[in-house]
Amino acid sequence: MQSTIVEIETEALESIEQAFDSVVLEQITIKYLGRKGILTGFLRNISSLSETERPDAGKNANILKEKLEKAIQTRQLKIEAQIDEDFQGIDVTLPGRFTRRGSFHPITQVAGEISDIFLRLGFDIAESPEVETDYYNFEALNIPKYHPARDMQDTFYVSENIVLRTHTSPSQPRVMEKTKPPVRIISPGKVFRCDSDITHTPMFHQVEGLMVDKNISFGDLKGILTTFIHQFFDMETSLRFRPSFFPFTEPSAEVDIRCVMCKGAGCRICSKTGWLEVLGSGMVHPAVFENVGYDTSQYTGFAFGMGIERLAMLKYGIDDIRKFFENDIRFLRQF
Amino acid sequence: MKVSLNWLKEYISVTLEPSEISKKLTMAGLEVEAVEERYEYLTHVVVAKVLEVKPHPNAGKLSVCRVDVGTDQELQIVCGAPNVRKGMFAPCALEGAILPGDLKIKAGKLRGEVSQGMLCSASELYLNSDTSGIMDLEGDFKAGTPLDEALKLSDTVFEINLTPNRPDCLSMIGVAREIGAFTELRQKLNLPLFSIPEDKIGKESIHSYAKVEILDPDLCPRYSAGLLFDVKIMPSPFWMQDKLKTVGLTPINNVVDITNFVMLEMGQPLHAFDFDNVAKGNIIIRRASGDTEFKTLDSKTHALQPDMLMICDGERPVAIAGVMGGENSEITDTTTRVLIESAYFNPISIRKTAKITGIATDASHRFERGVDPDGTMNALKRAVSLIAELCDAIITEGCIDVYPEKFVPVDIELSTQALNIRLGTDFDADTIKRFLESVEFKVKIINNTKLIVGVPSFRVDVTRPEDLSEEVARLWGYDNIRTSYPLLSAKGRHLAPKVSLRKKIREILTGFSLSEVINYNFIHENSCDRLNLSAGDKKRNVETILNPISDQMSILRSSMLPGLLETMKKNISQQTTGVKIFEIGKIFNATQKGFLPEENEMVAGLVTGNQKEQTWYSKKSEIDFFDLKGVVEGFFEALMIWNLVFEKIEDQSFPYYQKGYAAFVSSGDMLIGSLGKIDAKVLRNFGIKQDAFVFDFDFKVIQDLLPDSISARLLPKFPSISRDITIIVNRCVTVGAVLKQMEIFSGQEPLIERIFLFDAFEGPPLSEDKKSLSFRIIYRSGEKTLKEKNIQKIHETISKMLLNKFDAYPPELL
Repeated sequence: MQSTIVEIETEALESIEQAFDSVVLEQITIKYLGRKGILTGFLRNISSLSETERPDAGKNANILKEKLEKAIQTRQLKIEAQIDEDFQGIDVTLPGRFTRRGSFHPITQVAGEISDIFLRLGFDIAESPEVETDYYNFEALNIPKYHPARDMQDTFYVSENIVLRTHTSPSQPRVMEKTKPPVRIISPGKVFRCDSDITHTPMFHQVEGLMVDKNISFGDLKGILTTFIHQFFDMETSLRFRPSFFPFTEPSAEVDIRCVMCKGAGCRICSKTGWLEVLGSGMVHPAVFENVGYDTSQYTGFAFGMGIERLAMLKYGIDDIRKFFENDIRFLRQF
Repeated sequence: MKVSLNWLKEYISVTLEPSEISKKLTMAGLEVEAVEERYEYLTHVVVAKVLEVKPHPNAGKLSVCRVDVGTDQELQIVCGAPNVRKGMFAPCALEGAILPGDLKIKAGKLRGEVSQGMLCSASELYLNSDTSGIMDLEGDFKAGTPLDEALKLSDTVFEINLTPNRPDCLSMIGVAREIGAFTELRQKLNLPLFSIPEDKIGKESIHSYAKVEILDPDLCPRYSAGLLFDVKIMPSPFWMQDKLKTVGLTPINNVVDITNFVMLEMGQPLHAFDFDNVAKGNIIIRRASGDTEFKTLDSKTHALQPDMLMICDGERPVAIAGVMGGENSEITDTTTRVLIESAYFNPISIRKTAKITGIATDASHRFERGVDPDGTMNALKRAVSLIAELCDAIITEGCIDVYPEKFVPVDIELSTQALNIRLGTDFDADTIKRFLESVEFKVKIINNTKLIVGVPSFRVDVTRPEDLSEEVARLWGYDNIRTSYPLLSAKGRHLAPKVSLRKKIREILTGFSLSEVINYNFIHENSCDRLNLSAGDKKRNVETILNPISDQMSILRSSMLPGLLETMKKNISQQTTGVKIFEIGKIFNATQKGFLPEENEMVAGLVTGNQKEQTWYSKKSEIDFFDLKGVVEGFFEALMIWNLVFEKIEDQSFPYYQKGYAAFVSSGDMLIGSLGKIDAKVLRNFGIKQDAFVFDFDFKVIQDLLPDSISARLLPKFPSISRDITIIVNRCVTVGAVLKQMEIFSGQEPLIERIFLFDAFEGPPLSEDKKSLSFRIIYRSGEKTLKEKNIQKIHETISKMLLNKFDAYPPELL
């Protein structure tokens, strides 16, 4: 004996109402509406009913099907709402499956920053050897043997005429020997001096710069370096150009910036002067041009050099230059 | 160099504040590094009025005084001076004062009587040499006035960091000249006048006693000398000692002090010989040649080299020219006849000698930078007149002035246009003339575009028009030069490929958790031994630094490994046991002596410690070879360098790797480098107790292997199917060998898209000499969706091939 539509309805709605999770509800769905479900079976059997019973039975069964579907859907939403209400969620404070990125060495970062500024100004990067001949390190730069200027830099020697370069300046004659003006390069790299204390390491990094063309003036040198300082520090950083001496420039200038720590009031970092020396520069000495075969009556140029560690120390507030080469991971990770 | 403002004022009148002078000197190229107040030590020394003097109850020579120091409370001070009296004004050092000689004034008891300070003598305050009693301040003072204020004592000492091109400023007159140039009036200097009183000039001529002969005029173009008799050696007067001390020199005796004084005043070093010890009265200037050693007046014996210039008498050397005098002819208390030398020596010669002998003196410092070649006679006359006056001596008539190489004054033709282009200025000839004349250049205007500039003899640094442009620039002020911006052509250029590759490498390796380090280029002299390198290893071909800082840093690295291992060790000693690092840098191999070494850029890395720390999702596990290899594979993949081959290093060519635990890495026929586990012995050599894995690649090879371009491939349209093969082989069979055979096979079989190992297993139930390897083969067709039947045969063939080739069997037969 087949259940009546009414019986099916009562029974089904009751069990839907009592379903408390999606699995049970799914079973109920299958039980009534599945391929072999009760209601599906009922519909399938309609053909066996009499002509008169058939239309009503079909209609009622389809109405019930819709009704059940709706009831199931409603119930499903209720169950989900209940789950949402009951669920406490995951512990998002549990640490993630973490991979730590390594860090760029701070010197690399600062060197990159400096290079980028000059690249934007149209300079190229030209590198030169770390071990140099006496000629390129000194003679070509107008520093003859036994010149007191050699005292300005304590040199490591490998043999009588081979040195560890004491500055990145040898890149100047090396580039100019191979290139006709205009020249516009920077040359970052390692340099070496026999010196070791809190402000000196026997190896450190410099960036050299050189620009040669017709009518390049000291005013242009000031312009380029002012732009650089403003980009590297900030637009408010004031700077001054102070006469100095380098054998390979004439006139020569040291560039001081307003102390980044005390803003000029005078502190330990700037030895109470309010100024920090950050750059050496000047108009290329004619003797240097003569050594590379440039016509001094046609071309002028400027050159500059800066210590990367010095700038990095100012930028990051590091007081001991040796930290850069101790390579303590805890130090390196800060940058 | 130290200069005293009061001393400068003898040559130029200045009203500027010391801070202003300091700033202007700095901005004119004479960098003032420090400014000191000369009388700072008189802080806490005030004028005291003595109100009462009573004898000390327990000491006959002492008095107990009541003094007014301007405070509410009168002080009681015990004083030993015989001249202390009621009503006098005297300097009183209060508690806290620190007097010359580091005498700290404290309140205390003297023989039972309270003493709250010290009444001072002029000598104790270093104001004059009077030690006879406390200083009697004559006149009317307000008690409590600071002494320096009351006596108008003030002097500022500037410490100037002079650049080597400005020897003319190694003197008070030189600095005064610079100050004159930036004071409003552009004043002329008041040069010292030296009148020698008639009665001090002897009747006998210097030429009857002394003779000067220059044998090597290339090293000594000029030698002037004066001779004095009846010299009384004693301390120099207070004012002179005071001047010398102010600028940091120690007074010795009147003659020596005068030579130093004149050097400081005029920049010309002088030397005084005891003429009685100058054999035959002859001064001969020559190279050392046969003389091999010499004892200088500091009692040190120096080895001589034949080229060193010596001052000799009739028999032997008496001084190292321009550097230091000899003990055999120095001024002593008993000296009565003095010969004063004022010479010009070749700067390079003096510098060589000073370098070789290791003697650096105020004289050599000036000579090697270049003194005024025309200044010897002036300084000589100044010194001789001072000696006559202060040593009560008689001057022999006349001077010797041997001058074989005459100084030729320099004239420079200066183009106003070239100068203005160089500086970015628009000065006319008159303006330029005014600037240059303010520092004593002689300027003749030819027309508005051309000047002839006569360089004063003391400006040895100025030889060409560009040097004059610096003079003009610094006298005008660098800060006053208009800032401009050069116009550049917009021609585009490529970034140097090395620079972009380095950046990429850093990005990739930091992404794999490695941090970049920078180690010194120099390493420990034992590094090659520590790396276990064999006697003939190319890496032993190192460049040695002739003057290293220490033996820790005495050779140029021929390998990146020592630096990485040292860094690892340092980090472990700081309790950082997990170290993942890399470095990009150069290694060096010596070539021929006197030639540049080979510089090769390398990319090297090291990993050690735990792959993972213990976490909620994983157990702690130590890094091994395959962690490193994974980094290496990922690294090359990111660089798009394909076809990597890892080949086990079988020989002893890399003795720092553990045997059987290292591989060459190559791509195509290019060897990129190696990777491996560091040998335990090597770790011990470096004092390391935990495993370390390193890679070491040639940067240039990596650069050469980079793809020129990338062209995109179409993605497959049809799905793939995958089938696995598991084989059991002998342990000695390598995965690489199996994969290679499979690749050869798949090369013939277009339906095979990819083959990879997905499992490798050793241990029970397998017997000890066996291992199981499982591979997955991905099949795909470009034309259709594959069905089992399309690949069944291929898969069977490849399985059979493997079983045959490697003497393997399938797991079913286990």
